[in-house]
Amino acid sequence: MSDRKTLQVQKISGHAGPVPGKGTQRATTGVKNDDTLCKLIDTTTCIGCKACEVACVEWNDMPFQPTMFDNTYQTMPDTHWNYWNLIKFDEVSNSDGSFQWLMRKHQCMHCADPGCLAACPADGAIVQYENGIVDFQQENCIGCQFCTSGCPFNVPKFNPETKKVYKCTLCSDRVGQGLEPACIKACPTGCLHFGTKTDMLMLANSRAKQLQDHAGFKDAGVYDPQSIGGTSVVYVLHDAKNPEKYGGLPSNPIIPPSFTIWKNWFKPLGLIGSMMAFAGVILHYVTEGPRRTQPQPPVKQVDGGEEVRKEN
Amino acid sequence: MATRAPNLTNKPDHWLNRKGLTVVYKGELLRHRAYTRFLHWMYGIFFFLALLSGFGIYMPWIFRWFTPLFGGGATTRMLHPWFGIGFCFFFGLQALNWAGVMTWTEADTRWMKRIKAYITHRDTIEPPDVGFFNAGQKGQFWEIVFGCIAFVITGVIMWFPEIFGRWLVAISYVIHDISALIMLAGIFIHIYLSTIGEPGTMQSMTRGTVSEAWAWTHHPAWYKEETGRDSQQALEEARKQMESGNP
Repeated sequence: MSDRKTLQVQKISGHAGPVPGKGTQRATTGVKNDDTLCKLIDTTTCIGCKACEVACVEWNDMPFQPTMFDNTYQTMPDTHWNYWNLIKFDEVSNSDGSFQWLMRKHQCMHCADPGCLAACPADGAIVQYENGIVDFQQENCIGCQFCTSGCPFNVPKFNPETKKVYKCTLCSDRVGQGLEPACIKACPTGCLHFGTKTDMLMLANSRAKQLQDHAGFKDAGVYDPQSIGGTSVVYVLHDAKNPEKYGGLPSNPIIPPSFTIWKNWFKPLGLIGSMMAFAGVILHYVTEGPRRTQPQPPVKQVDGGEEVRKEN
Repeated sequence: MATRAPNLTNKPDHWLNRKGLTVVYKGELLRHRAYTRFLHWMYGIFFFLALLSGFGIYMPWIFRWFTPLFGGGATTRMLHPWFGIGFCFFFGLQALNWAGVMTWTEADTRWMKRIKAYITHRDTIEPPDVGFFNAGQKGQFWEIVFGCIAFVITGVIMWFPEIFGRWLVAISYVIHDISALIMLAGIFIHIYLSTIGEPGTMQSMTRGTVSEAWAWTHHPAWYKEETGRDSQQALEEARKQMESGNP
């Protein structure tokens, strides 16, 4: 697909003033596309084959990450700085006596309102492109790991050796060339789709309706949490009312207010408040003057001077 | 009346106080021994290193020009906790050194009630019950003690976020900031009062001595302890001498 906004930056972490080059149009084609990109993950057709995990490691040329067997079909307990894509596996017993194997491909959600970007204090370490991709620029990363506490999905992972944080890029390098992300290309069941947000939501909703009407999943639905402005990765779930059972997917992801309200409002105000002490001492020196050791020589009467405190 | 509180630097025989030299000339009083001064400037240096590196991270869209001083953002972030540890370590030693003289007394409560008179220089010299440190200095000291405790606890949480989890880090971040903002406000007042605000104070932390006039003006009870003379009486005598032109 063609998307002219691929490499145009919408938001930059820790950056003063507007984004450089914001709104620039490269009018090379007549294609006009204001929509963001989106990855659709249909958990109901995922078979847990791990092709997407392998494709991710391959395309991003990652060093080997040892797997860890924990008596499930999950490759390792959690994602890693060099393992961005992990199918979370959960065996769930239902109240009617049936049980399900839930497979959810876990990776960066590319939030419209990214907690990592809000938390990041380093200029340009996290950028959000106008197509919705949230990308880390490791050369600007200072390794403070605030992004990990800003993220509601526990996605950014720290590499203690390089002191940098890494996560899924939604294959921004492939997407920039008009290719689909590597995981999408590798998926054999077609549970992964890639396109515009509008198209993917339409597809997801029709699939959810199909599950409700024909497969008996009354609570089937689409996961696109509005508490963070929606995400550029959406899920179709058998049970959209309890996303937590899919490897701890939060039903109401939120960014800590310390990275939003505190950072945007109270930090500048607090700084001004502290600087008032500086203004205060300057003002004190000008109006009251220094407190000198006593006694001082008598004060000379100034022309037109009214009351001069002799002792000071 | 403030009395001499147990204070490490008031024990001249303590081995730490045998280090360094403080020359007290005639007309001067010994205020801070070399050990106290050494500690003061050590945590003073670490304070500013931590302050500048911290504010480079606190609000980079204003203070981004601080981070190159430490070798860029990543190095600033790497060094900042160590600067903080240096500050808290040396201040901790000073807290042990000064805990005695910093004890709050009734005279301090009285001083706080007349803080407006202190700011507006209503009285020629300080009231006779103001001891080695006045209530303002004690207040700032205890603020830094509690601020350092907050810094260490929240700082360790932010240093190792993978252990403590995202919400503790998010809360720590706010407490760490508030503590830094209070200390930033405090440092302006501290520097002002120790330099141009009250001339003659700075030498107590450089050479370690103050003039007797400084002592009876700012810390009359301490002056009385050291010399046995009343501050008001000493002031009157000095004034008479000055007027008669016989120094």
